[in-house]
Order: sequence, then C-alpha cells, then structure tokens
Amino acid sequence: MSASAGFHPGDIIRFLPETILAVAGTLLMVLGAVTRRRKSVLFGNISLVALIAAIGGAFWANANGGPAFGGLLSVDGFATFFRVVVIAAGILTVFPSYRFLERQDAETCEFHALLLFSVLGQCLMAASNDLFMIFIGLEVSSIASYVLAGYLRNDKNANEAALKYFLLGSFATGFFLYGVALIYGATGSVNLTVVRTAILHGASDPVFLGVAAALVFIGLAFKVSAAPFQIWAPDVYQGAPTPVAAFLSTGPKAAAFAAFLRIFVTAFQPIGSRWEPLVWGVALASMCVGNFAALWQTNVKRLLAYSSIAHAGYVLVALAANSDTGTAAVMFYLAAYVCTNIGAFSCVAYLSGTGERYQSIEDFKGLGQRQPLAAAMFTIFLLSLIGVPLTGGFFGKFYIFKAALESRLIWLTVLGLLNSAVAAYYYLRILVMMYMHEPTEATEAAEPLTPSVRFALIVPALATLVLGIFPTWILEFAGKSAALVK
Amino acid sequence: MNLLISVLFLPLAAFLLALFVPRSSPHGSRMWALVASLLTFVTSLGLLAWFDRSAGGDQLPIDVLWIAKPEIHFAISVNGVSLWLILLSTFLTPICVLISWNFIQVRAKEFYAFLLLLEFGLIGVFLAQDLFLFYVFWEISLVPMYFLIGIWGHDRRIYATVKFFLYTFSGSVLMLAAIIYLYNKTGTFSYPAMVDMLASGKLMFGSTEQLLLFLAFFIAFAIKVPLFPLHTWLPDAHVEAPSAGSVMLASVMLKMGTYGILRYCLPLFPSASRSCAPWIAVLAIIGIIYGALVAMVQPNMKKLVAYSSVSHLGFVVLGIFTFTQQGIDGAVYQMLNHGISTGALFAIVGVLYERRHSLEIADYGGVATAAPWLSTLFLVTTLASIGLPTLNNFVGEFLVLQGTALANFTWTVYASIGVILSACYMLWLYQRVFYGEVKEEVRAHVPDLNAREYAALVPLIVMMVWMGVYSQSFLPPVGRNTARIIQQTNVNVPYRVQFAAPPARTEVARVR
Repeated sequence: MSASAGFHPGDIIRFLPETILAVAGTLLMVLGAVTRRRKSVLFGNISLVALIAAIGGAFWANANGGPAFGGLLSVDGFATFFRVVVIAAGILTVFPSYRFLERQDAETCEFHALLLFSVLGQCLMAASNDLFMIFIGLEVSSIASYVLAGYLRNDKNANEAALKYFLLGSFATGFFLYGVALIYGATGSVNLTVVRTAILHGASDPVFLGVAAALVFIGLAFKVSAAPFQIWAPDVYQGAPTPVAAFLSTGPKAAAFAAFLRIFVTAFQPIGSRWEPLVWGVALASMCVGNFAALWQTNVKRLLAYSSIAHAGYVLVALAANSDTGTAAVMFYLAAYVCTNIGAFSCVAYLSGTGERYQSIEDFKGLGQRQPLAAAMFTIFLLSLIGVPLTGGFFGKFYIFKAALESRLIWLTVLGLLNSAVAAYYYLRILVMMYMHEPTEATEAAEPLTPSVRFALIVPALATLVLGIFPTWILEFAGKSAALVK
Repeated sequence: MNLLISVLFLPLAAFLLALFVPRSSPHGSRMWALVASLLTFVTSLGLLAWFDRSAGGDQLPIDVLWIAKPEIHFAISVNGVSLWLILLSTFLTPICVLISWNFIQVRAKEFYAFLLLLEFGLIGVFLAQDLFLFYVFWEISLVPMYFLIGIWGHDRRIYATVKFFLYTFSGSVLMLAAIIYLYNKTGTFSYPAMVDMLASGKLMFGSTEQLLLFLAFFIAFAIKVPLFPLHTWLPDAHVEAPSAGSVMLASVMLKMGTYGILRYCLPLFPSASRSCAPWIAVLAIIGIIYGALVAMVQPNMKKLVAYSSVSHLGFVVLGIFTFTQQGIDGAVYQMLNHGISTGALFAIVGVLYERRHSLEIADYGGVATAAPWLSTLFLVTTLASIGLPTLNNFVGEFLVLQGTALANFTWTVYASIGVILSACYMLWLYQRVFYGEVKEEVRAHVPDLNAREYAALVPLIVMMVWMGVYSQSFLPPVGRNTARIIQQTNVNVPYRVQFAAPPARTEVARVR
C-alpha cells in the first residue's frame, strides 16, 4: 500500500461521526436490555441527539480532513457531503417514527439502534477510499436495514419484505465482493488510488478489468435499485414499516451512489469510455421502468417505490455524464431527494394509521379538506418529485440535465425530460385525490397532527424549498468537493 | 424601491398572507383578495407613469444575482409589449375576484389564494429577462391553474385539469432542454446578452441546431397558445374551469404562449423562424377557420367561446409570422383585445351560469326580456368579438390582415373567412340565448345584473370602446418594441443565409 500504515492521532477526529454513531447505537442496545420501558420516546431522543452530534462530528472531521487509517478512509469534502446527507436522512426518519412506532405499539430501542448502525455503515461508505472498507460499510448498513425492514415482526408483509430484501441483497453483495476480488487480482490492490494508477499504466488485462467493473456495477446498481436490478424495491418498500421505507429509499441509496462515484469517477475513470454506455442504458431503463410501472400503481408506497427507481435513473444520467458537473449534480440531487422523499413517505406514515391500513391512493381522498397542513406539505413534496420550480427536486433535475448536455448526452436528456413529463401524471393522481375528491374513511379518521408529526412534515418541506430557492451554498460545496474527489 | 418589484411581489405577499386568513371566514378571504388585487392594479398603473413611451427597449431593469453557479440572475424589466400584458393581468384579477364572489362558496380561502399566486406567476412570465427565471415563472403559473380547474371546476374537471397540466408540462420540458443547451453554448441565461451576442455575430447556430432549438421553444409556446393541432386541451380546460379560471386562462395565460413566440423564438432563432413561417402561418389559418367552424356547432356556450379563442389566437400567430410591422403590432393588439373581450364573454357566461346553472344554449332563450342590461353588455362584447369598427377587435384584426396582405395575399383571403365566420357563430349564439320566446326557467331564475356584476363588467366594456376608438393610447410603445423585434430578426439574416438555412420565402424577402 502506498500510504504509510500505522496509527495517527488525527484519525480519531476523522472517524468521529462513525464513532459517535457506534457508541450511541451500542448504548441504545444496552439500555434496551436493562430498561423496562421499551417503548419510551427516550430512545428516539437519544438517537436524535446522536445523529445531530454526528453531523457536528462530520463537520469537525472535515475541518481536519485528509486520509485516515493509512489511506483506508479519505475524509474530504465529498465524504463530508455524503456523511451529512445520510445522517440527515437518519434524522428525518426519526421524526415520523416517533408517532408511527407508538401507533403500531412497537418497541423503540432496537429500532433506533438499528437505524444508527445503518447510518454508521453509510457514513463509512461515504468516506471509504478502499474497496474493502466500502464493502464493510455496505454490509453494516445492509444488515441493519434487513432487520429494520422486518421490524414489525407480526406483520406478514414486513416479514416477506425483510426476507426478500435479505436474500436478494446478499446476492448482490456477493456480486460486489466478487468484483472486488477480481480487481485485486487485476491490479494487486483494493485501494482506489492505487487501482487508478494501475489502470492508468495499463498494467492489467482489459477484459479481466471490464468483468470486474461490471460485477461491481451490478452490486451497486442493485443497491440503488436501478433497472434491471430493481424488482425487489416495490415489494420491500411496500412491506417495510413506512418510516423504514422512507429511510431505505434515501440513505442506503445516497451511500451507494457515493461509492458509485468514488469507484467509477476515481478508480475506473481511465476506462470511462467503456462504462459510460452501460450507465447510459441503465439510466434510461431505470427511468422508463420506474415511471411507466408507477402509472398503474394503486398503493402509494409501491408508487413511491417505482418513483424512486425512476429517480435512481435520473441520478445515473448525471453519472453517465462522467464530469465534475455530473458529480456535483449527483450530490445536489441526492440531497434534495433525501428531503423530498422522506417527507413524502412521512405523509404516508402519518395517514396510514394503526396496522398501516390506509396506504391506497384512494385513501388520500379529501386530505386537503380534513388536514390542510399535511396535504399542503405533501403537495410540496410531490411538486418537487415532479420537478416544478422553486423546489429542490426541480433544481436537482435541472442541474443533472445541464451536466448531461455538457457531456453531449442530448438523446438521454431529451428522453429523460420526456420521462419526467410522464412521471407528472402519477404524482398528479395523488394531488387529485387529496384536493379534488370528497373525504373518505381514511381521511376522516386521520388524527390531528402531533408535534413530532408536524416536525416530520414541515422540516423536510422547508428543506425542499430552501434547496430550490437558495441552492447556492450547497451547490458550491458540492462543486468544490466534486473536483476534489479525484 | 423599484416599481416592478412591487408589482411582481405584491401578489406573492398577498398570497402568503391569504394563507393566514382563518378558514372559517370565506368573506375575509374574498375581501382580502379584492383589496390586494386592487392594490396591485393601482400599483401597476404607476408603470404607465414611469414607463418612457418615447423610448423603445427594456425599461426599469433590475438585475440581482440569484444563484452564483450556474450564473442565474433575478433579472426583470418591462418593455412596450409586456407593459400591457402586465396591466391586463392586474386589471383582470380583481374582476375575477368579483365574478367569483358568490359562485365560490366551498374552500374560498384556497381559491383566492391560488388566484393571487396565479397573478404572481403570470406577471413574472412577462417580466423575466433571464431564461431560467422565465422558465421558473412559466411553471409556477401552471400549478395554481391546475388547482383552480381541478377543485372548483365542473363535472369533468379532473380529466380536464390533468390534461391541461400534462400537455403544458410536456411541452415545457423540451423548452427546458433548449434553455440548458443555450446556456452551455453561451455561458449565460440572460436573454438580452444572448440577443447582443447574436447581433454581434459572436453566437451562431448551425441550421439544424437552430431549427431544433426553435422547435423546442415553439412547441412549448404553441401548446399554450394553442396552435391548431395542439389545441385539444383548451376546450376541456375552458369548459370545466370555474368562470374566474376561464377568464384568467383565456385572457392572460394563452398570451404567455404568443408573448413567448414573439419575445424568444423570433429574436433568438430568426432564420428558423423565417423558414418555418409558411408552415406556421398555414397552421394558424387552419386554426382560424377550424376553430370558427367548430365553434359554430357547439351546443355549450363555454365551449363555443373556447373554440372562438382557438380562432382568435390563430390571428395572433398569423400576425407574428408575417414579419411586418403592421402584422406584429396587430398581433400584440389582438392579444390585448382577446384578453378583454373573451374575458368579458367568459365572465358573462359565468354570470348566466350562476343564475340558470346551465351552460347549454338550448336551456336559454329570451334572456333579453328577463335581463335587459345583461343582454346589452353581452351584445357589446359580442360585437367587439366579431370585430365591429369602433370596438377593439376591429383594430387588431385589421392590422393583422393588413400585415398579412403585405406578406402573402392568399393568406389574407383565407384568414378573412375567419372574420366572417366569427360573426356567424357569435350572432347566432346571441340570437339563441337572448332572443326568442322567454323560457319559464329563464324568467324565474335570470334577474338582471347587480351592483357587483356591474362593477366587474363595465370596466371591460369601457376598455373595449377605448381600445377601439383611440388605439393611440396603446399602440405607440407596442410599435417601438415590435420594430425592435423585427430589426432583431433581420440583423442576422445575411449571416444566417450564408452559414445556415436557405432564405425562407421569396415573399418575405420582397416585402423587406
């Protein structure tokens, strides 16, 4: 290995967010074992504090940035950006889960512990500069997510979701690991910087390397639910408890994209012309499959699952651009998407009621009359998903297609934008239900907004609007770190 | 503070405040919307004082950096064309509040809030100087209209509103692609900067490139206008919308399309515009005649007026693509005229609907006996709409036809058929609804206008007469701006002929 091994005191700071999350997660586990009040909101509060502290830790780490643990981690602007994004996904998941867990009468301590561990794995993925560390992060994050997906253990759908997620997920991880092994065989290293140098010097067999890249690609494409590796997503999102689905559709995805960028824009950049067409095809397929399948859905969670497949496609468009602007676009888009999508799922979690009875689109009928605030917030999220200006979703999409056009991907841009027009239809259906129909059983039964639910809806909505109206600060940060990642 | 900022942001501020009016008080929402929209109108009248009529070009500019990278400016200014369109928007909004006064009973708070938000979006579209900003306002105006039709519309409102949204949205995403493409090519979103680059020859497009960009913009605008084969959303949206929605849609929103063509398509892509002009003119003429013929056989009043809009807007597009001063002046004047007279038609049809709860022509008859003043106002509007001299549409249609005659006399002949047909369908409508035997339901349910309705309709009638009798109050600033646009479409033509497309049409060249 190039970087000198051995321990450096600065590494502690650079590893701070992960440390905080690990300690807090373990603490929650222990508390859960010794306390009798296993449904207390205290655990949620602890988790919230830990996540906020972890964001602070991420910024502190950024101020003392650099490689850590002999080059295993690379704590730079890029890592910080994604760490903050995935931690934010964790925070935004905690808000809706308070009321959700209370209503399902579920225990809270393990839920929050698992959430913290999952975020921990994703932070690690964001900061890794080493294929093995990425793998470890991926596993930590995934295993916690598998359990979270089946958290409501008396719910048949949740069990099915967890099992499906686990089986297919480990299969995909296998692909990833196999790819890593081949890369090691081809280049003699798993450190991304070293791999890049090796490829640049043309030391390795191109076919061998191509297969390795393809395997890694498949593993990660599964994690971001890109077509044709998307089949698990609708079932899992539908079956998983709604706040978990919110988290699964954002946090692990953002982390997987971080790994995607690190690996493909750094290590495999020299062979960019070979993988770009592949990403091109997968991006288009994801957009089409996601959007067209979503048109027929009647279950909101399934609909949002297909929508998240389509959104993975948009992000892949930026990846196909393979440029600094493209990287920055991915980063900005994911930040906006995390706020928007968790917000949208929070609305579903709010309405779905005990035992998640109400999750059909029809159940949203008349929400605008019964709960105007919740409906208004959901409207903001849906408009952001459609890509209407002054929302983060619009600016993200704009930035992605700008990057694509800069890289002369004209057809992909046109097809992508037309796809977003198709997508407008199914998001509008929800708006139609909320505002243009009379209330039904579900909306009549909707409970008044508790403070935690208000938080869960208003905070992401504000973030969505801020990202859409004043994106400069985030954009600049993303632009700077995108240039750094190489 | 700059006047434009006040005119633009007053409706937004009013919208935000409207959200805090308690839901239990629909009257509060109504009053607030009326006060706020009147205030906006009065403020916008200040533009007349501040706008320098003797100078062409963009005035009262404001340019603030909004987003640093990619460089997007909050840049607005007003020109001789947008001036009148903004006044049209601010003039019609209080009228819309008045005609919705009793009609909108459920969820009044949201209704008036959306109306104010719509006004904000519309004014923004006409003010924007930055292409990105333009797109932002373009899409923002879509959202409140979507809700206005979808929540307060008639039976098939959901179908109509979704169709309206999807049509417009699909058109505009391609425009977004073109805007991004232009940015990547020029490094700026600023429209004046792009026009300068074109004029100085720094910016040049290949012929295919220019054609595709032109089409991306043009299709987005043509859907909004709507030009003939893309018009199918319009009858649905108009028929299903509540009266205020129909008025705003017909009077102002459709003008976003024609304004866009005039302001963006022509100066940015002159030679593509010229080479497509014959095709577009033919589509416009088809629209004029087809719209009129279809209007004639409609059993539904609103649908009739909606198809008449297709016909009238055909004149506007035709006028623009003559590339003559008269034609384009007439087109702009026609935009305003159509805004006033069709707005009035929809408003009065709304008044009738409020009384009789039907839009079917067959359900009426003899209204003139039951409600003489209502009938008189409708008659004036009808005559304005068919282009009777001394009323507004005559001036616009005359100018358009004059410009068309200069460009291509055959077009004039066909377009004139539209004028004749418009007299047929409008007078026939008038005859069936207002004359004849007085129906029992009409006698029982159709009283004459009340004070509120007079307040809403008389200003429109006054404008029809004023614009018909003394067009000099309006046309000079328009003429200065259109002259500039024509000049912009000429400046680059020699370049373009050399580098890009072949000359468009010999007729056009002869006129020059």
